[in-house]
Amino acid sequence: MPMAGEEGSNLMLVGIDIRLKGRCLITLSAEIAAGEVLTVMGPSGSGKSTLLAYIGGFIDPVFTAMGEVRIAGRNLAELPPEDRHAGILFQDPLLFPHMSVGANVAFAVPAAISRRAERRRIATQALGDVGLADFFDRDPDTLSGGQKARVALARVLVSQPRLLLLDEPFSKLDAPLRSQMRQLVFARAREAALPVILVTHDEADAAAAGGILHRLGDGGDNDPAATGYRIWQSAV
Amino acid sequence: MIAVLTLPLLFGMLGVILPAFGYFPALGGHEVGLAHFSDLAAVPGLARSALLSLFSGLGATSLSVLTVVLFLAAFAGTPVLRRVQHFLSPLLAIPHAAAAFGIAFLFAPSGFLIRLVAPVLGIDRPPDLLIPHDPLGLALVAGLVIKEIPFLFLVALAALPQVNLSATRQLAASLGYGRIAGFLFLLWPGIYRQIRFAVYAVVAYSSSVVDVAVILGPTMPGTLATRLLEWMSDPDLAARFRASAGALLQFGVTIVALLLWHATERVGRVALIAARDRGARCRRDRGLRWFAAGTVLCASAIVFGGIAVLALWSVAGLWQYPEVTPSSYTLKTWIDVLPRTVGPLWTTVTVGLAAALIALLLTVGCLERETQGGKKAGGWAPFLLYLPLIVPQITFVFGLQLLFLASGTTYRLSALVLVHLVFALPYVFLSLSDPWRALDTRYDSIATALGRSRLASLLVVRLPMLTRAILTAAAVGFAVSVGQYLPTVLIGEGRLATITTEAVALASGGNRRLIGIYALLQATLPFVAFLLASLVPALLFRNRRAMRV
Repeated sequence: MPMAGEEGSNLMLVGIDIRLKGRCLITLSAEIAAGEVLTVMGPSGSGKSTLLAYIGGFIDPVFTAMGEVRIAGRNLAELPPEDRHAGILFQDPLLFPHMSVGANVAFAVPAAISRRAERRRIATQALGDVGLADFFDRDPDTLSGGQKARVALARVLVSQPRLLLLDEPFSKLDAPLRSQMRQLVFARAREAALPVILVTHDEADAAAAGGILHRLGDGGDNDPAATGYRIWQSAV
Repeated sequence: MIAVLTLPLLFGMLGVILPAFGYFPALGGHEVGLAHFSDLAAVPGLARSALLSLFSGLGATSLSVLTVVLFLAAFAGTPVLRRVQHFLSPLLAIPHAAAAFGIAFLFAPSGFLIRLVAPVLGIDRPPDLLIPHDPLGLALVAGLVIKEIPFLFLVALAALPQVNLSATRQLAASLGYGRIAGFLFLLWPGIYRQIRFAVYAVVAYSSSVVDVAVILGPTMPGTLATRLLEWMSDPDLAARFRASAGALLQFGVTIVALLLWHATERVGRVALIAARDRGARCRRDRGLRWFAAGTVLCASAIVFGGIAVLALWSVAGLWQYPEVTPSSYTLKTWIDVLPRTVGPLWTTVTVGLAAALIALLLTVGCLERETQGGKKAGGWAPFLLYLPLIVPQITFVFGLQLLFLASGTTYRLSALVLVHLVFALPYVFLSLSDPWRALDTRYDSIATALGRSRLASLLVVRLPMLTRAILTAAAVGFAVSVGQYLPTVLIGEGRLATITTEAVALASGGNRRLIGIYALLQATLPFVAFLLASLVPALLFRNRRAMRV
């Protein structure tokens, strides 16, 4: 469910360059087609999550970062985080503990829809779409891990994101649930024609994603001929 | 926020330095010189007063720090600590003055404890002891220690997560060190580094306190701060010049106390290193552990017992010595007094709420800026935060009073709120900053990624998630404001009475029923604030399991 008028837009990362105290962590250019997944793998501290933070607009000021994040002709890097509509799922579902399950989802319904009843209807439907139709009034803390993950997915999809950022979202789920969630998330992203960036440690995640794979090295990604450029060339 | 913390301090110091050297046209002082210092030096018993202040500052701090360090060394990481934390936290909310009255009611020659033992020991008339108001100031030190123990204990508890307690304990034990020695050698230096500004605040407070000194301290002569207050309240405005010179002397006394404390720190450090390098294991520390536990329990029992005796006196009918309990009970004093408390209660609550609310707004603004900028405040921040608590109140608040006087301002209530704010703000910030920083910033990221503005994310996600911490911080600010005696007396100039100023004013009168009522009201106000801070989130989030403590 991307922003109106932006259905099926490809995401282009142009000359992304992220540094920490002068040391280059990531250089990357890539194009991710709508509904496709770019998987970024690398050891801890290699800057995977920092890449997502840059795209989402939450990067810690200790990093210096540049490069364009283009979608539907706009450079998201120039917009404040709240106008980027870069939906994100973290390792933890991070449901707001003071709100009901339904209120969590309704919180994400775009501001343009202001009627309370309509917001509630959309949230209820989104919960139904992930198999949690009767969970609107439930306390998030009473849900199982898998149910929480599905609420988090419903919440991000209902916000009509332009793209989806996945920060190891399956790593804390047990094996059977992990496989289920992978299928659900990638299927819903494809349905909504969302370009997706997944960062992960898990080869199985990358295999399930099925798209382009980009590996970050131990010492960062400061080789100008690094894989990022090859992806860019292969993707264009 | 920096302006709120430092400007009153700077202006207050200026307001006391100028008249001390003779220049203050509003009071007819035009000539700069040292005449007022000579006038001050000629005051009989001044040196003794200054020494008493120094003694109370260093004595109270040493005993409080020693008790806290021994108790933590003995029990940090054990269930005992968690249990003790539950009853020490409410102790912090009880104002100093109320706790001091409690001590006086317990230990006075005709106090509750003597009555308890009188039948056994055959003491048929109150013994001839000068307690409180003993000439050495021991009652004053005791009154300070019972309040500073919970303060330092809770500050140290907040610093504990910064050290690797359980692993270090195990390591020390595996190397054959006793609990206390292992803690002192391996953990205490790291903890003390974090709490040292709080300890300096205790040194400064204890060496310049007024309300506790009026209730428990010596009188012939009194501590320097109590004598200053006499001159500051003298109808003869010329006495204010001497008071200004005295306020600078108090500043000097507190600086000396801080320097001596710094020297004590060094000696302690050297002694600790020497013991460590000798390989001392100190395995037989059971007695010391029980001593620490006993002291903490005793301090708590004194405060709670004191409050209970205050409550008893407030409803006592006839209660003659040596009867342990009153012969009769009556609400007559309450019924007579309550109408008179409406005005002071109103002022107390208004000023307390205003100071707490402004402190909260400033703190939230500051912390939100930090969250958005992704950077913690620099190395000077803790120092600035503690600055108004380290410079003696009586010095700079008196300067502020003179400046208000000179400016002819009629906004007395606003001025009072501003001065209370200076003292409430550091505590509110210290109370809220840890839970604020501990809240996962990914919640904010999610809210903004879902298209909500930063303000909306703050109002709908972060603040509600921190409801309990925010209300607790507000309660801390309110409690600090309620407990303020000196700033209220000086800035209110007798025209703005609070429950605290009324209670302390009763100290010399000796009407125990009346004191019981005012001190009880004074202790109740912060208690109600903390109760609300705990009940409101429990009610609001009764169906949200993760929001419970």
